[in-house]
Amino acid sequence: MPTLTAPKNPAVPRRGRPAAELIFGDFWEYDPAPETADPKLKPRYELFINGEFVPARAGKYFDSINPANEQKLTELALGGAADVDAAFAAATRAFEGWGRLPGRERGKFLFRIARLLQDRAREFAVAETMDNGKPIRETRDFDVPMAAAHFFYHGGWADKLEYVAPGRRLAPLGVVGQVIPWNFPLLMLSWKIAPALAAGNCVVIKPATNTPVTAVKLAEIFQDAGLPPGVVNVLTGPGSTGGLIMAHPAAAKIAFTGSTEVGKVIMRSVAGTDRRMTMELGGKAANIVFDDAPLDQAVEGIVNGIFFNQGQVCCAGSRLLVQETVADLVVAKLKQRLRVLRVGDPLDKNTDVGAIVSRAQLDTIRHYLDVGQKEGATMWQPPCRLPAKGFFLPPTIFTGVTQSHCIAREEIFGPVLSILTFRTLEEAVEKANNTAYGLSAGVWTDKGSRILKMSTELKAGVVWANTFNKFDPTSPFGGYKESGFGREGGRQGLLDYARLV
Amino acid sequence: MSDPAHPAFRRLFGEIGTVDAVGVEERVAKYTTRSIKKRAKVFGLKLAVSMVDLTTLEGKDTPGKIASLCRKAVRPHEDPEIPPVAAVCVYPAMVRAARRALGADTPVRIASVVTAFPSGQMPLKTRLTEVRTAVADGADEVDMVINRGAFLAGEFARVQDEIAAVVEASGDAALKVILETSELETYDHIRAASFLAMRVLRAGDFIKTSTGKTSANATLGNNQVMLEAIRDHYLATGIPIGMKPAGGIRAAKQALQFLIAVKETLGDAWLTNERYRFGASALLNDLLRQLEREKTGAYQAPYYFSEATESY
Repeated sequence: MPTLTAPKNPAVPRRGRPAAELIFGDFWEYDPAPETADPKLKPRYELFINGEFVPARAGKYFDSINPANEQKLTELALGGAADVDAAFAAATRAFEGWGRLPGRERGKFLFRIARLLQDRAREFAVAETMDNGKPIRETRDFDVPMAAAHFFYHGGWADKLEYVAPGRRLAPLGVVGQVIPWNFPLLMLSWKIAPALAAGNCVVIKPATNTPVTAVKLAEIFQDAGLPPGVVNVLTGPGSTGGLIMAHPAAAKIAFTGSTEVGKVIMRSVAGTDRRMTMELGGKAANIVFDDAPLDQAVEGIVNGIFFNQGQVCCAGSRLLVQETVADLVVAKLKQRLRVLRVGDPLDKNTDVGAIVSRAQLDTIRHYLDVGQKEGATMWQPPCRLPAKGFFLPPTIFTGVTQSHCIAREEIFGPVLSILTFRTLEEAVEKANNTAYGLSAGVWTDKGSRILKMSTELKAGVVWANTFNKFDPTSPFGGYKESGFGREGGRQGLLDYARLV
Repeated sequence: MSDPAHPAFRRLFGEIGTVDAVGVEERVAKYTTRSIKKRAKVFGLKLAVSMVDLTTLEGKDTPGKIASLCRKAVRPHEDPEIPPVAAVCVYPAMVRAARRALGADTPVRIASVVTAFPSGQMPLKTRLTEVRTAVADGADEVDMVINRGAFLAGEFARVQDEIAAVVEASGDAALKVILETSELETYDHIRAASFLAMRVLRAGDFIKTSTGKTSANATLGNNQVMLEAIRDHYLATGIPIGMKPAGGIRAAKQALQFLIAVKETLGDAWLTNERYRFGASALLNDLLRQLEREKTGAYQAPYYFSEATESY
């Protein structure tokens, strides 16, 4: 680097020195700092139908395990066809009253749920971390507060439905069937249920098989809040139970968040019906770094983009597109940053990267690591000590990736970043849009006009500028192309749960 | 571009890159969620004690006050496990008093603020004389202020030449360059000023956030921007520059957060008082209070560790 005005006598001769390196060692090790709040888990959870916890008709149960130590957390009722029917019957009955309840009364329930969730925030954060493997830092600072925020936000909408569209009124649809994934169990539950209830619908929802615990715990809150029986029914069980919910004839609308493959199966199963749908599916977001970007903050955004929730985020910035002129510098800075990421016990308050949700998901991610190396990309992982038990994977980056690589095209859903380069803005746009997905994208540049141009040209539901993975209940979220359709959050999300009359 | 400042700014920023304020603040917010417990906490607190530049910069400073400050610096607490602080930091007129109090053979260094601290608004000749006098009187370290007026006018060469002149005048004494971040205002300016200084500094010299005499002092944000500048300069040149946040760090918890920033940005080699200092006075007693808390499991009555630096 040339100096602005060259020093007259360089203070220290720099020739012949070994290359400067930073040492991230064990000089000052952080002691374990586990979050100790009691998650208040019961040994067994039943289905939540018609305001009560009832065993599944078939009387079967399945285990939920803690991915950080592979131990059983609790067991849950395995819902089947008869239970799905019972849930829809209860919801249909409940809709008679709930749909006609004045909006301000519905809003009171939503506010009450939000407050009760806030009261028990630490308990829910620990339960979520134990069930899902994500670090307590995230459940405590993001998942639980954001879930409460969705109930608060939609509670505010409930008595204002007459003002959503001028001269029109919003009417509820009826009973909505919802199936959610395992990456944000409580948050997805909340941002599906809250708008549905605000608009006057009743809900039959199934949490993911791997992560059902906070859903049934939230059902306890519904009871405590005095929510009328049948307004929300929570069914735990395998994917097939979700299929039954999605295909149930009593559903006026279905909403699904999950993989694109499953989304396609669901869409086929309801083809020919007039059922409304919201699909929030996969993604392979491009995070685009121009050479004038504030690089240290861009690196931070790259890390937030792909290692947040172990990369198990549908809108994760899994493809880094970096301008050739700064590519080496960005990769060097990124590697330095990854060396201080702390991988380990998710309940430790200092953990940055926790456990992968399941053995199966870990195997999938590892498969992609093999594929990436076989395709000729260069893999790098920071040195880190992983716990002996549990499903852990160090943050991983691939350099030398091209558009034709499998790891640049397919959604890996893990802490794996594929790094590509580009030369011009047109090339960046072309590469970013050259994907079946279109959920999110990130742009890093110091130039405002370039941000505006990119945000119109990128085919993605969300374009973040000089930040990544920012969410808010007021902001609609959803995709283009095979990332799905329909929006969640904001006024647009509310409209997807109502008809205009 | 009639304004001569513009090309200078643009050229410097183009070279060293820009800083996004929102991103910096998001990064440092993560430091505040780190949880430092048990042995790590005791280690961190003692480390912080050893990094304190115990400071008194008041018009009413007397040789007596300086002497008592020096005794506190050498032996902050009756517990022999607790190390002496790094240095005492005083006005140039008090350097001799400090040297008398500390003697020649002492682990505590004497730092003197110089160059018409805190404003720096004196002719360069006067400022340089002040530096030479402080060093001749026994200062091991001198803390200078940069010419913020010249910086904001875009006269970067002048800012840098003045720093280089002070480097020369300071001889063997270590130099700390105060950027006075609150007067530079933006993170971009702080990064630029850091580079201007570092490019004429020697290994073992420091850059420092503030004088403590303005409303805004050291923050995790400007600390982070300066640490990143030090890192980039070090990786490019191999010259390790030290860092000293000053003013506003009053609580032990804050000090630990600053140290976490050092550990996670510059790594282990900067976790020493040769490369990192806290310019503080009230901080020391809070560090001691927390150390006592870790040792006994209970907080001491408030009158055991006063908050006022007058009582040092």
